[in-house]
Amino acid sequence: MSASAAEPATVARRGRPISWTLALPLAWVALVVFLAITADWIGLPDPAAQELILRRKPPSAEFLLGTDNLGRDMLSRIIYGGRTSLIVGICAPFFGFLIGGAIGMSAGYFRGKVDLLAVGFIDILLAFPTLVLALTFVAYLGQSLFNVTLALGILSIPAAARVSRANTLAWANRDFVLAARTIGASNWRILTREILPNLLPPMFAFWLVAVSVIIVAEGALSFLGLGIPAPQPSWGGMIADGREALDVAPHTALIPAAVMFLTVLSLNFLGDVVRNMVDPRRSSL
Amino acid sequence: MHWLARQALRLAVVLFCVTLLTFLIVNILPGDVATAILGGLATPEDLAGLRADLGLDRPMLVRYFDWLGSALSGDLGRSHRSGEPVLQAIADRLPVSLQLMIMAQIIAIGIAVPAALLSVRRPGGLFDRLSASAAFGFLATPNFMLGILLIYLFSITLDLLPATGFSPLSEGLWDNLQSMILPALSLGLIEWTVLMRVLRSDLLTTLKEDFILLARAKGLPPWRVLLQHALRPSSFTLITVIGLNIGGLIGGAVIVEQIFALPGVGRLLLGGIFNRDLILVQGTVSFIAVGFVVVNFLVDMLYAVLDPRVRHVRFRS
Repeated sequence: MSASAAEPATVARRGRPISWTLALPLAWVALVVFLAITADWIGLPDPAAQELILRRKPPSAEFLLGTDNLGRDMLSRIIYGGRTSLIVGICAPFFGFLIGGAIGMSAGYFRGKVDLLAVGFIDILLAFPTLVLALTFVAYLGQSLFNVTLALGILSIPAAARVSRANTLAWANRDFVLAARTIGASNWRILTREILPNLLPPMFAFWLVAVSVIIVAEGALSFLGLGIPAPQPSWGGMIADGREALDVAPHTALIPAAVMFLTVLSLNFLGDVVRNMVDPRRSSL
Repeated sequence: MHWLARQALRLAVVLFCVTLLTFLIVNILPGDVATAILGGLATPEDLAGLRADLGLDRPMLVRYFDWLGSALSGDLGRSHRSGEPVLQAIADRLPVSLQLMIMAQIIAIGIAVPAALLSVRRPGGLFDRLSASAAFGFLATPNFMLGILLIYLFSITLDLLPATGFSPLSEGLWDNLQSMILPALSLGLIEWTVLMRVLRSDLLTTLKEDFILLARAKGLPPWRVLLQHALRPSSFTLITVIGLNIGGLIGGAVIVEQIFALPGVGRLLLGGIFNRDLILVQGTVSFIAVGFVVVNFLVDMLYAVLDPRVRHVRFRS
């Protein structure tokens, strides 16, 4: 009796169809990732090949998304630009989280002077408007895919440090940490085996959000001409190029803008879903 | 120690570190100023001579304290491209940037507060869901993209407003506003989303308080309960978030000034970066960072003035 009463609830939960608000963003991100990985093997035209006679052509059967100011195939440039965005968007927060995570964990675990130093360091990095600091870094490091990733990675350190510090503070007082300490586990062991596994879910949720933030930041840098250097396609750079021909060939700016918007929107949706799974309290807000 | 003194000390330390870090970034990273000024064809002797003239052959920390000393007396050096004093260059362009950010902030608050108030009248209702979706959409729109869309819509398709170019206030308020409204919208239409979410969530918490129940029990109409009783105690986080978001607004202003060709501080900075004008970049970045830190400090103070509990809870811990 009680079993049959409980059954419908479980079935309803398990059998709930994946909502379109989850499926569509997931499908779009999967498409962008798939194309970025397979770009070299699906017979795309060279994204840098110019054909000035065919410049600013609107979308057609030959050029699915049209051509840009220099007659380059937009579809190919968008796909290769997606590769750029994804490389920077995935690697930069990863780098920032590695360093910021370590700083935050040590601060939250050791407290005292370590905490004071770490918080001071975070405060100073946060004292710069992010984009201004990114601009300055890239301008002096020199423009390249690696340097843009590095600069944006450094900028994600403070946020990562804050998340990991807050979570470490919460976990470090739990009984299982005390138990580990009682049996003589070293600080290193407690940090990596007891605390770190608990930090991963919130850090992952936050990392998803960071990916979309960094993709936008990379777009902004490239838009200003201080991101990925010219021949290599990037969405921000394409939007900046398209801005010059906005009156005669609006598709050159609007198509990369739409692609970027959909990607960021999808990542935000997924980030929200994951965050609600990790932290049920937030979903009620 | 009194919390005000502590905060002031913290401010001083952060300001010192911020200017030092700016100095280090600009000076340690590769890219030689002397080569930038003289060009690639200069002889090593010329380069060495210019470095000595600029004082670049002295130790870094000595140069930093020299720079800090002059900066404290209001001298940020001269741009080695135009020869213009850096502080003068910033002062000339600051009004444009400030106007842009203030207009953007007014737009953001002007949308966020009514939207939040209307949303909490019926949480989960049609308006609430619509405004939440709109916020989600705008949040995924980078400001450079929004700027371009606004130009496409209002300047090219509808031909209502100029796409670029700036008319100073001296040429008439109307012309000035016409040249500033699209740039301000590019920032404000994104900024409101964050403010609305924060205010909505705080309003929902406040509306559960007993004094709201009392106000309702007295028979006050719902809009008076919202405006006169719920809004003020719900706006503390809003103020903090406005302060924190000024950093994003400054970054956004750099981009928007570039898109709309507004002669503001952001464009000055970008010009300095493109020309490798080291002294200009150093002065501008330091100025922006110091301004940002001071504004955040003032917001923290304002927060404490508005809500006395803060002084005992936040700053003592």
